[in-house]
Amino acid sequence: MNKPTFLLGALAGGLLLTSGAAAQTSLTVYTAVEAEDLKRYAETFNKDHPDIQINWVRDSTGVITAKLLAEKNNPQADVVWGLAATSLLLLKTEGMLEPYAPKGVDMLDKKFVDKGNPPAWVGMDAWVASICFNTVEAAKLGLKAPGSWKDLTRPEYKGHVIMPNPNSSGTGFLDVSSWLQMFGEEGGWTYMDALHENIARYTHSGSAPCKLAASGEIPIGVSFAFRGAKSKAAGAPIDIIVPSEGVGWDMEASAIIAGTAHLEAAKTLLDWSITRTANEMYNTGYAVVAMPGVAKPVQHFPEGLLEAMIENDFEWAANNRKRILEEWQKRYDSKSEPKS
Amino acid sequence: MTRAAERVSSGRPLRARLGRDDIIMRGYMTVIAVYLVVALALPLWAMMSKSFSTYRFDLRLYEFQVSDEAGAFHAPPVTAHELNQRLRIASSADLATNADGRLPATSFFPDFSFRSPVKYRIRGTSDDAVYLVGSDRTSGTQWVELSSNEFRRVMLRPVAGRGLDNYSTYFSTPSLFHSIENSLFIAFVSTVITVTLAFGFAYALSRSCMPLKPVFRLVAVLPILVPSLLPGIALVYLFGNQGMLKELLLGHSIYGPIGIVIGSVFFTFPHAMIIITTALAISDARLYEAAVSLKASKWKTFWTVTIPGARYGLISAAFVVFNLVITDFGLPKVIGGQYNMLAVDIYKQVIGQQNFEMGAVVSVVLLVPALIAFAVDRFVNKRQVALLSARSVPYAPQPSRRFDWLCFGYCALIAVFLVGLVAVCQFAALVKFWPYDLSLSLRNYAFDLMDGGGWDSYYNSIEMALWTAVIGTFVVFTGAYMVEKTKGFDSGRSLFQLLAMLPMAIPGMVLGLAYIFFFNNPSNPLNALYGTMAILVICTVTHFYTVSHLTAVTALKQMDREFESVAASLKQPFYKLLSRVTVPVCLPAVLDISIYLFVNAMTTVSAVVFLYAPTTTLASVAVLNMDDAGDIAPAAAMGMMIFYTNAGARLVHAILSRGVLARTQAWRAR
Repeated sequence: MNKPTFLLGALAGGLLLTSGAAAQTSLTVYTAVEAEDLKRYAETFNKDHPDIQINWVRDSTGVITAKLLAEKNNPQADVVWGLAATSLLLLKTEGMLEPYAPKGVDMLDKKFVDKGNPPAWVGMDAWVASICFNTVEAAKLGLKAPGSWKDLTRPEYKGHVIMPNPNSSGTGFLDVSSWLQMFGEEGGWTYMDALHENIARYTHSGSAPCKLAASGEIPIGVSFAFRGAKSKAAGAPIDIIVPSEGVGWDMEASAIIAGTAHLEAAKTLLDWSITRTANEMYNTGYAVVAMPGVAKPVQHFPEGLLEAMIENDFEWAANNRKRILEEWQKRYDSKSEPKS
Repeated sequence: MTRAAERVSSGRPLRARLGRDDIIMRGYMTVIAVYLVVALALPLWAMMSKSFSTYRFDLRLYEFQVSDEAGAFHAPPVTAHELNQRLRIASSADLATNADGRLPATSFFPDFSFRSPVKYRIRGTSDDAVYLVGSDRTSGTQWVELSSNEFRRVMLRPVAGRGLDNYSTYFSTPSLFHSIENSLFIAFVSTVITVTLAFGFAYALSRSCMPLKPVFRLVAVLPILVPSLLPGIALVYLFGNQGMLKELLLGHSIYGPIGIVIGSVFFTFPHAMIIITTALAISDARLYEAAVSLKASKWKTFWTVTIPGARYGLISAAFVVFNLVITDFGLPKVIGGQYNMLAVDIYKQVIGQQNFEMGAVVSVVLLVPALIAFAVDRFVNKRQVALLSARSVPYAPQPSRRFDWLCFGYCALIAVFLVGLVAVCQFAALVKFWPYDLSLSLRNYAFDLMDGGGWDSYYNSIEMALWTAVIGTFVVFTGAYMVEKTKGFDSGRSLFQLLAMLPMAIPGMVLGLAYIFFFNNPSNPLNALYGTMAILVICTVTHFYTVSHLTAVTALKQMDREFESVAASLKQPFYKLLSRVTVPVCLPAVLDISIYLFVNAMTTVSAVVFLYAPTTTLASVAVLNMDDAGDIAPAAAMGMMIFYTNAGARLVHAILSRGVLARTQAWRAR
């Protein structure tokens, strides 16, 4: 009976050898930060702490969260650096985070720090909902730019709006929960009923609507400002619109995974993750960061973003997530026929 | 020992004793059988049991005490269960939930107000009780005293149990069970179209004398070389809102059933074509001669000779296509739009909502049609054997100008469809910013700037494919050898055959999910494999075991058992025979198995999408992730890299086969 186990073990051993190991402390860091930023983040961190090597595990928010939860009884990650606060809140309620107050945590905006003492997670930057609007395609179709969320329900936009499916995308859930908070429970659903009439389809990813708007596939994409700014920088003919009612937001945040074998190194990383240097680093891509007074305007980001951010109740969103998703699914997902 | 078996005994019937060879062979067969159990049966078992793990609020676990306005606790403690019985707030069905379930404690206090000066106490009646105060996880039997304003943030959490609740939830949620109908519909339509088209193609190849047959044969297998989601990307470029041929759809949207069916026809075409070609090739020319002498019309001959002769091939092809379509996940995810299919539902449940239990339920549901299709296919295959007889005369087509050109035109049309989709992808990969900047550039190949693991994932894929090809071929071929050439031991052999056939019926998505549940369990000694290249290789070998196994068995069946007898009488151990005779003779089949495993390891998405780790990201998954993030052009670029790699591997395979054939198969020619 031992033979196959041995065989598999030997096989694994042989394959593992190729990955190699470094002499210094290495941390397994789970993240949902955009791939192109990761290298820069690690390099900047290693300027101050060359002795800690970061092994990134990057994927979309949903995959990383699912991975962390699946590994609940046998965590593989040491630190989470750059995951939606909503997800971290979920992990916290499962008792998976090691509470730790990083040095200088009181320098951060209170909004960006977990309310627990010591906090279970600390924020990095905000990730704000926006509308990406393709001016070229809109001109072809004779569409005017929407100014508010409510505008999106106007009949002329029928079939020209695309948004992420909250059942598969964190951004989608962010949109839905912010509408419910802004318009009230009943008003929120009435709004989405009307919006649903105009939606071409719901995507699985949160950045896809903006990229699809950028490529002219669908002129109006409900996405987030950061993605819009990137696409605009890449030459896409889009405007990034901040709806007048206010916008939902989530933050990228960091935490130590309970049970890590490298607690000291993990603390060092978390300490560094909230320094001014780190916040300046986040600021290259994100217009709103955790440390007040650091953020400089970012190219292509719309103005008035900080002011438009709503008072987002993450706890409410987490506690009602199951109910909201079920209701959403019942209302909009069972209509299986796509609209042309 | 061996001498004893050889001694001729007179009198009682001879019963061979087990020689050393037999013991080694049976032992090795058992090892591979255990491998299949560990890599297939146990993970599936883990997944099945996951689908039965339920979450319920157990109200008996919580006790509350409410103070008076002054904050003094006089009232006796009362459990949530008692409150619920008194007030009838939550029915038994309401208490069933999922792993993320939260029940506000305030729901048991209808007159609750967070402004009231009343204080609340909560405690568990056992250590199993878990509840949240705000987002802090709390448990235990200690009283926790809270003000009204704090108490409104108390959420009860469910406890795990076992039962059928997940299934009843599934079948009472229209948006979930509706997918069954959708999946069956798409699979059925795609199957009918693919089999019809592929039959025409195969018919033209085997019954006409049209020119360029080898080219058509080559073109028809192109789709095998690309991940199934690549046609989806091509269809977006062709028929999306900015598509080049958008008008052809007459206002219908490509995102949905139309797109899924077209894409499915593309990627299942070669499978159907190969099976049907084989079926048509074994037709007996004598039957056609008989038809001619009976003056039957061509049309009649077609329906009374050709179709019945190929019927098992047609049925087999239909079930293979049906299975491929219903279990495929890449294509509906890329182009399915709002059209829910089972395989995508699994992804949505697990990745989107982290609801593993429901993901497991959908997997079990998906398993059912796949298993039925598999069983029917097996049944049909069993009956096929009787069709071939030793006296059959191979059919040789006669040239006929009109018919040949008709066939040529038909095949050319199909070829344009197949090559066209691949070409569109290559075009998409090179265009700078579709549709605004059509200049060509290699910018989309800068994978390191995109999600999905960059160029590393490409190299990982090649590494994984090579390991899969080498290890898989070894395991599969030796396993097949043992099962074919072992004497006696019938029960063990048929059990092994069954295990070897099973992977065919398991959707990759289901296998991948099952692997998480099984391997990422800290109490599993094989846990160390999780997140390594090894688990990807094991998963891929297992996923594609069946076809490889069948290829090996077919090749081995051609070898007479006399070889074994001769070797035994020359006192040669079986491994010498294996390495000196069997493997060289079967080398073409061995090479076929390895190229099959390599190509599929490069393109597979569904099985590995849950299993890759930071150091083992894969190109095929990168295609999926890049497309998911809206980076469609880079996704196409990576897809084309996979295509060229596979095409290159095929070329190497062809050259090797030719060289090897010349060296080892010379004896075949007389």
